[in-house]
Amino acid sequence: MTGLEVENLSVRYGAVEAVRGLSLEVRPGQIVGLIGPNGAGKSSTLHAIMGSAPITGGDVRLDGTSIVGRRPEEVARRGVALVPEGRRIFGELTVDENLRLGLAGRSARTNGDGLARAHELFPILREFRSRQAGVLSGGQQQQLAIGRALAADPEILLLDEPSLGLAPKIVDIVFEALTQIRDAGLAVLLVEQRAQRTVALADVSHVLANGELRLTLGSKDAADTERLVAAYLA
Amino acid sequence: MILGILSLQPLTWPTVATALALGGVYALMAVGIGLVFGVLRLVNFAYGQLIMAGGYALAYGSLWNFATWQSILLCFGVVLVLTVLMDRLVFRPLRTSSPTVMLVATFAVAFLLQNIALLKFGPLSKNVGSLAQLNAPWDIFGVQIKEIAVLAVVTALGCLFILQLLLTRTPLGLHMRAAAMDFRTARLLGVRANRVIGAAVIISGLLAATSAVFLSVQENSISSTFGLQDTIIVLAGVVVGGMNRPIPATLGGFSIGFATGILGGVLPADKTQYLTSFIFAAVIVVLLVRPNGLFTRGGGAVERV
Ligand SMILES: Nc1ncnc2c1ncn2[C@@H]1O[C@H](COP(=O)(O)OP(=O)(O)OP(=O)(O)O)[C@@H](O)[C@H]1O
Ligand SMILES: [Mg+2]
Repeated sequence: MTGLEVENLSVRYGAVEAVRGLSLEVRPGQIVGLIGPNGAGKSSTLHAIMGSAPITGGDVRLDGTSIVGRRPEEVARRGVALVPEGRRIFGELTVDENLRLGLAGRSARTNGDGLARAHELFPILREFRSRQAGVLSGGQQQQLAIGRALAADPEILLLDEPSLGLAPKIVDIVFEALTQIRDAGLAVLLVEQRAQRTVALADVSHVLANGELRLTLGSKDAADTERLVAAYLA
Repeated sequence: MILGILSLQPLTWPTVATALALGGVYALMAVGIGLVFGVLRLVNFAYGQLIMAGGYALAYGSLWNFATWQSILLCFGVVLVLTVLMDRLVFRPLRTSSPTVMLVATFAVAFLLQNIALLKFGPLSKNVGSLAQLNAPWDIFGVQIKEIAVLAVVTALGCLFILQLLLTRTPLGLHMRAAAMDFRTARLLGVRANRVIGAAVIISGLLAATSAVFLSVQENSISSTFGLQDTIIVLAGVVVGGMNRPIPATLGGFSIGFATGILGGVLPADKTQYLTSFIFAAVIVVLLVRPNGLFTRGGGAVERV
């Protein structure tokens, strides 16, 4: 297992070049942060990996095999799970049904029990299992979105701004869960706007602006926010 | 009073039974149209022509002296093949087009099939022969009720029950419901688009074939416009019930079928040509009073941020 490799990736929507020549790697047991201002191309990168954004150049490899041109459902079934921006919970379905939807990405690839892991990591998902997901709080919905991704027992976990709009206490729960997920051997690519916390958590973090990689930081740089800011403004 | 002028007939048990049967058949059609709308966001105006094709299959089956079950099998075969062709040749290639394009396309398919039928089978209507025996009355507690009405109600309930089990108790059903709510996210989770669409299309075809059998027996005369008016009424019912939810759409289909059946029974023979006008007047009134549909709850669950 070599994890996820993105090489020289370009994404373009008509005239808009959302990602330009981005390269990064995420190894098993590693968290890689991807931070940058609004419109930097973070979500486009994740969607390009999933096969749901138009790739105009470069390559995306999963354990050494290119997955460019695969449909999103195929990418999911090969072991890449996305926690999408805005959580995208099915509000009319129950918590349990949302989790079981995550099993759609499991295919025959694995026989791990993703549901059990999701319940273990976020006990509220068991407690509220038959509740309608739409009535959960924002923080609970985020836990459900991550649990749903884990249900597929993925090798690669992509998260798009999981802390957005959450109270600091809930952010702690989410980030703590990410540490456990990494320790379980998953490769985690974390898109965030909370730069400092992300840099502190991740093994390496890349700063993206205007679709281009501007800077790469290690966790020891967390306190050094000024360099981050400078990169944003460059 | 308007009722006095119309000089309505008294409401009888056989009329109620017929109305229940029509409601049941229209409910099945509503589900068939609603399932495809759910996953493709496409209102299939050519649904009536599937039913027409099924009707002709039954008529030719009887012409060729097929046994009843053979005719019914032929009906299912023809309708399913046509449904799958429609999906492969028209719906899927246009899946990413705008709703207007898809709408116009289904209109085109509807007229195409209707005209093919007219050219191929001629303007004279055909009857379904031995199947019409199902119109014979059964004596139920002293009331004469058509055999077909009982069969229609029982079959409709059975189909709806099985469908409900499929949608709520199986992974495929869960995937279909999720796809109807948010297809993009469902696919990102690994839900296979082709499988979900294929299932919706096949089920919708099975329901069209089932409806074709019951409507053919009831009307016993198949022409190129067979099923057209029923489909328009069902579409109105689906809109009245609430388009994007299966249960309201089903209830809408049932209600409008039931109302049509009752009105058909109580209107005097020389006034029945006004039946559809009454139905559509009622549709307009309902939409004015409840624009989101008769059977939808207001708002629904709100997504929290
Ligand atoms: N579907 C689309 N069609 C056209 N342009 C798009 C589409 N999605 C994104 N873009 C554009 O691509 C650029 C990058 O957007 P993207 O959503 O990837 O940024 P982001 O870094 O995720 O921003 P945010 O922090 O606001 O989520 C933006 O200019 C955006 O307007
Ligand atoms: Mg984004």
